[in-house]
Amino acid sequence: MDLTLKVWRQKNKEDKGGIETYPIKGISEHASFLEMLDVLNEQLISEGKEPVAFDHDCREGICGTCSLYINGEAHGPDRKVTTCQLHMRMFKDGETVYIEPWRSKSMPVIKDLIVDRTAFERIQQAGGFISVNTSGNTQDANALPIAKPMADKAMDAATCIGCGACVATCKNSSAMLFVAAKVSQYSYLPQGQIERKERVLNMVEQMDKEGFGNCTNTGACEVECPKGISLEFIARMNKEYLGASIVSE
Amino acid sequence: MSKGFSKSSVGRKVLMALSGFFLISFLLLHFVINFLSVFDADLFNVASHFMGTNWIIQFIMQPVLLFGVLFHLIMGIYLELKNRAARPIKYAMNKPSENASWISRNMVITGVMVLLFLGLHFYDFWVPEIVDKFVDGIWDQPTKYFTHLVHKFEDPVRVGIYCLSFVFLGLHLLHGFQSAFQSAGFNHNKYTPLIKKLGNLFAIVISLGFIFIAVFHHFNSH
Repeated sequence: MDLTLKVWRQKNKEDKGGIETYPIKGISEHASFLEMLDVLNEQLISEGKEPVAFDHDCREGICGTCSLYINGEAHGPDRKVTTCQLHMRMFKDGETVYIEPWRSKSMPVIKDLIVDRTAFERIQQAGGFISVNTSGNTQDANALPIAKPMADKAMDAATCIGCGACVATCKNSSAMLFVAAKVSQYSYLPQGQIERKERVLNMVEQMDKEGFGNCTNTGACEVECPKGISLEFIARMNKEYLGASIVSE
Repeated sequence: MSKGFSKSSVGRKVLMALSGFFLISFLLLHFVINFLSVFDADLFNVASHFMGTNWIIQFIMQPVLLFGVLFHLIMGIYLELKNRAARPIKYAMNKPSENASWISRNMVITGVMVLLFLGLHFYDFWVPEIVDKFVDGIWDQPTKYFTHLVHKFEDPVRVGIYCLSFVFLGLHLLHGFQSAFQSAGFNHNKYTPLIKKLGNLFAIVISLGFIFIAVFHHFNSH
């Protein structure tokens, strides 16, 4: 298939950047989107031009590294897939395809299609962990019974790969789906109870410091999330935050 | 309550939801009293007179209501501006309708339309009431309410503006009702679908009901 690509090019963080147009021919419909970009980059290199910088790592939908806004949607037009799992059969021959980086004040573009997502890491560092002594006396996980529904919910929340599609797609650039998933995955489990209140207070505080927008419950994040993280977790985070705020000193 | 609650994103969401719940309950009361005017002018006058002269309603609930309206309005606009600032560079190609409804994405538009309507509504009904009671000192006019209501709906342009505003109110409620539960932290596999249906029903009944009242009095005043 032949396509016209409209790709965001930006030299560095300070550069203004802009959309560049690249025609590309002979792409297999079985190719992944990132493989198509690989072909584009080979084409650009052969023409003596600088290849397009984009994030990628595992290319099997579990690392959360790839992050492209394709034709007006985070991770493209398919559902519950990351960009690396998106296939060219989702596009039509002759189609114009816009490829842009995530847009958020809190995730500035570093180069071309790569954004700085360290805001997520700082939110995690603020409370997305449990403190366990790992000096050799670690308890066997199976020694602590956990009800199956609770374990399932925790696992559902823990499937968040932190790709940032929720922020990218939210009209308010809100990170609440990500933070809610990270808060919830521990709050369902007994291991997460000790730091439960501090966790939600600290993670929300850090999220606000990073400058993300506020959630207005449009549900766009849930639709575009490659792991299908539910809005239910945002409600849970709101409840956790309200509870922690009332009892905190 | 922690000091940062009202300044945090989640705290503000919860406060928006609580003020929304309060306004929803007021709206239901307002609708029920207004609907009496369709059936019985005297009953409507009795209910309106009670609301207009009861000291608890006048001096406690009315200021609380005004605060609730102002809070919901100011916080809503403040959050909208803050949210817009969170994405200074827009997408060249964006398809928001692929993942969210127009109503949920444009609460500020429907909200501002309702606000503009409130200006006219206050001018029509609230200001004359305040002037009567607090400027002219006339508190006891138990039969004026129905006459005043019917008189206001004689003008077809005003009826048209009211009907259009009720459509915007309905659109605002379609998302706002269920969204308030979500913001307040309530999301349940069994009850959330029920809340969504109830919210849709509430939005439709309130907007169509108010439209019916306005149109009914317009045609019955001639």
